[in-house]
Amino acid sequence: MNKLPLLSLLVFAPWAGAAVLASLRGAGLRASRVVALTSSLSTLVLAALVLGSFEPARTAPQFVERHAWIAALNVHYHLGLDGLSLVLVVLTGIIAPAALLASWSVGRPRLFGVLFLTLQGSALGVFLALDFVHWFLFWELSLVPAFFLIKLWGGPGATRAAYQFVIYTIGGSAFMLVGFAAMFATTGSLDFQQLAQHGADGSLAAKLGAGGMRLVFLGVLLGLAVKAPLWPLHTWQAPAYAEAPTGASMFLSAVLAKMGVYGFLRILWPIFPQQLHDAAPCLLALALGGIVLGAWAALRQTDLKRMIAYSSLNHVGYCLLALFAVTFAAGRPGLTGEAATAALAGTILQMFNHGLSAAALFCCVGVLESRAGGRRGLHDFGGVRTAAPLFAGLCGVALFSSLGLPGLNGFVGEFLIFRGVFGLSPASAAVACLGLLGTAMFLLTFWQRVFHGPRAGAAAGEFADARGTDLAVLVPLAALMLALGVAPHLLLQFINPLVTAWAGHLVLP
Amino acid sequence: MSLSADLLWLIPALPLIAAVVGACAPRGAFKLAAAAAIAALTGALLLSCGALATALAAPAAKLASNFTWFDLGHGAVRLGWLIDPLTALMCVMVTFVGLLIFVFSTGYMRDDARAKQFFCFLSLFAAAMLGVIVANSLLLLFVCWELVGLASYLLIGFWFQKPEAAAAAKKAFVTTRIGDLGLLLGLLWLQDSAGTLLLYDGGKGLLEPAVLAGLGGSTAIGLLLFCGAVGKSGQFPLHVWLPDAMEGPTPVSALIHAATMVAAGVFLMARVFPLLTPDALTVIAFTGAVTALIGALIACAQNDLKRILAFSTVSQLGYMMLAIGVGSWVAAIFHLLTHAFFKALLFLGAGSVIHAAHHEQDIRQLGGLRGPMRVTFATFAIGMMALAGVPFLFSGFWSKEAILHATHAWGVSQLPLYTGLAAVVLTAFYMTRLVAETFLGAPRSEPAAHAHESPAVMTVPLALLAACAILLSLLAWPSPWLQLLLDPSAAANDHADGVGLMALSIALVALGLGAGWAMYGRKPREKSMSADPLAARAPRVFAFLAARMKFDELYAATFGRAAYALAVFADALDRHGWDGAVRLLARLGRFTGLVNREADEDGLNAGFDATSESLRKTGRAYSRAQTGDAHGYLLMIAFGFVVLVFAVLFGGAR
Repeated sequence: MNKLPLLSLLVFAPWAGAAVLASLRGAGLRASRVVALTSSLSTLVLAALVLGSFEPARTAPQFVERHAWIAALNVHYHLGLDGLSLVLVVLTGIIAPAALLASWSVGRPRLFGVLFLTLQGSALGVFLALDFVHWFLFWELSLVPAFFLIKLWGGPGATRAAYQFVIYTIGGSAFMLVGFAAMFATTGSLDFQQLAQHGADGSLAAKLGAGGMRLVFLGVLLGLAVKAPLWPLHTWQAPAYAEAPTGASMFLSAVLAKMGVYGFLRILWPIFPQQLHDAAPCLLALALGGIVLGAWAALRQTDLKRMIAYSSLNHVGYCLLALFAVTFAAGRPGLTGEAATAALAGTILQMFNHGLSAAALFCCVGVLESRAGGRRGLHDFGGVRTAAPLFAGLCGVALFSSLGLPGLNGFVGEFLIFRGVFGLSPASAAVACLGLLGTAMFLLTFWQRVFHGPRAGAAAGEFADARGTDLAVLVPLAALMLALGVAPHLLLQFINPLVTAWAGHLVLP
Repeated sequence: MSLSADLLWLIPALPLIAAVVGACAPRGAFKLAAAAAIAALTGALLLSCGALATALAAPAAKLASNFTWFDLGHGAVRLGWLIDPLTALMCVMVTFVGLLIFVFSTGYMRDDARAKQFFCFLSLFAAAMLGVIVANSLLLLFVCWELVGLASYLLIGFWFQKPEAAAAAKKAFVTTRIGDLGLLLGLLWLQDSAGTLLLYDGGKGLLEPAVLAGLGGSTAIGLLLFCGAVGKSGQFPLHVWLPDAMEGPTPVSALIHAATMVAAGVFLMARVFPLLTPDALTVIAFTGAVTALIGALIACAQNDLKRILAFSTVSQLGYMMLAIGVGSWVAAIFHLLTHAFFKALLFLGAGSVIHAAHHEQDIRQLGGLRGPMRVTFATFAIGMMALAGVPFLFSGFWSKEAILHATHAWGVSQLPLYTGLAAVVLTAFYMTRLVAETFLGAPRSEPAAHAHESPAVMTVPLALLAACAILLSLLAWPSPWLQLLLDPSAAANDHADGVGLMALSIALVALGLGAGWAMYGRKPREKSMSADPLAARAPRVFAFLAARMKFDELYAATFGRAAYALAVFADALDRHGWDGAVRLLARLGRFTGLVNREADEDGLNAGFDATSESLRKTGRAYSRAQTGDAHGYLLMIAFGFVVLVFAVLFGGAR
């Protein structure tokens, strides 16, 4: 470890950018925006460096940084990156500059930039930390900038939405904190890898007792389930995404929602494999609830941002469904690793894919909103495809990616998830198909009402086609969707050994 | 010239390149896009002929070329290409019919402002359709299958400014997706139980004996795969999207919704035929028979030129499915091939009429076009006779006979044979009605009166397709060449009792033609307002059939309502159920705060009022702080939290 501390740089570069930006008191609007954008691009640059020397075949964390921090509490500053973290870091690197570009013309750009960069750094910290203490700090710290981004730049209902978002998440996190405190009290460790060891060899359960273990599990589950969100703990989501400004909606749905799923994979599953297995039937039902009811509730939304928010509930639901199906079938006699591998690879791929498509869709709604003077109802538009064919095409790519059209990225992830889930719990796969149908219905309704028909509503008069920053956001996203749809190994090569190893642990010898 | 399986990917790749060229070309570059599309499809046609040569050289060989898409676990997800006679024949048909339709479109779409996109989408369609055909993997087939659906969606909604077109496009996509989800589940099941989705893989493929034996014949898998075919091929009960798809430009109707895409379901069933169990085949046979009859019945009472042809397509696809179900997939493919030519011919003929009559497509408004549109009339008549099954000269006769004979030989039930024979009469009848109303008598409207023959770029494809509608008879007569090529094992049991059945079906064709002539041809309709002779005789039946047997209303009242109810339920559950619970919790919090305050006020104020003014002030201040305002609390919590975090961070780091 004589090289650069790349992971620390990844986490703290955005924060350094935020500090610089905060100190530039007299900076002009444009200068503030440029500084914010440049700082947010640091993640992409550093992620490229990481990619250069990342070894996919090694499944243990790489680029590890471990230093004693609070000796009295046995707390270490411990960062590390494996395929899962890598995918999410790259996603953050792509989405953060895109979200800033999509918010290019917000007022008070300096404050916006400071808050946004703080948020970005916190998210990266969550994806890289391997010790509970600073992981939890990053986890909670992400709420503060998110809260102000929603409240200060949001729509008319922003205040309520922002409070609800924060209360909900803190409420969940409180239980998680208690859970970890209990684990610390019994094991004296807060290191994820050590805790996973204790969890796997049963020593944690022995010390906590079966009942205590279950309570701790529930506490941690609650914290993560609110964040992901797992149905029915999702009601903060639609208002928060809908009221947030475009850039924040993009980042919240694309990156922050992944923190929950990441926690499931990084913390809950390794530490509590048995408890998760026991709870799997119930959790599968909840994930299916999110998938099916999320898609069908989206059908009833007339606010386009709420519609996309519900589509997020549905899409993230597939990730959780796959994970729960894997834990559900864990240890089943005759289980081969194939289905579990597919499900887990699909989960990680779907996290990335949903990040791309949700960000692109929120950006598109933002474009519509800016052209229509703040209106974004399903019935406020008509014939936008006539008025703005290029924009319609780009939005169409995002829509069909979200819908799971083969040839675009969404299909590969969903196919792998369904392939895996069918092998592990066929009935769940069949029920989840209802979600696929609902998705097609509401996305095509969106497309038909807004883009087709005669020009009407906000599109009846002057309606500019995509330009400048719109293109700078949407074109790279659309290109990525196409590239990953045709060549999914671009991403899968980094996670395949990891998920293969994960699945290998499930199979009975 | 022959083509190896390694280069087979070029066949779909060429139109795909043309689609990219079309997409990147500047707006209004109609000629460039059209030239690219036609050149690419010509290339694909030549390559397809090469593939046919390869396949004919070794008909029984399944030449596959597989490759890895991506690694997964210790294995990989693999895709591949396949040459066999079925693939090769389908490729030649799709590229040849497609090429003629592309050429026709240069005339038909010349004046459309977005003609460039039209050719781009057409090329995309051709690429995806050819991909379905050459795929050696059900996964690759599914990918292309969905892309075909996308192209169809884009082209049905090509005139998306029209709300009906936009609605029809959505209806087509969603309806076919219902079937596609069944297909997807079927694929997942196969993948899970066989471990592969490759059809041929050196002994390890799905359709090879070792794996087939291992699968042990699951009826459910076959039926799930059939779901996909039901959606795509417009089979009952998912046939409702196909007539609405006629909102697309007529060349689209000809290529996609008559000749090629809608036949993809039949192709799929023929491809996976070894996977289908007798029980699954029985379901398929009855579905096909019902579809054939329903389509033909409804076609008798439609007044829109293209809708009649659309329901006729539904009916003919039903025949093909029936053939699959009774075990003769070769007859199904034979009818698929002949139908592709004569139905494309009929649709393009209809396009020629519509083009000439300034987009008038109500047959009551037409009439008398025989004079001014001689080529169109002659070729349309050939197509009509091929579809009606006029004996010996026309290819449709031979393929329909093949299906009827196979149905007759089916051991399970004779019911499908009777429905098939009934549909023969109806087919001859509604086609006679269509031709008589459109071409005979006197023009009944301004546009019809001023109609003139279409340009050569449109009539030459018509003539070529008409020639094919006749020449394809050679596939079955004088020798059963196609049967020998595709499935020599089944060719032996032939035409023992065939003459009687053939005579019966010829008589039924004559009956249909005669009835049609008697009602519509002998004394053509005089005014567009005059009543339909059939409607005059059986008004209620006619109205029921004209309303498409009320399927749309039925589905709206059942599935539509159920979907709506589920959406309302999901939304209400969120708004009132879960969010209500959250609000209740919040209220509870406020209530606690309130109780606190009241208790504090009472406790602090009681008795102290008189004694200490200052103490009372303290009490008031205290009560103000305890406002029960959750917002205020949270702000303090958030603020305090940030301070704490920084304290811990910097304190701990030291």
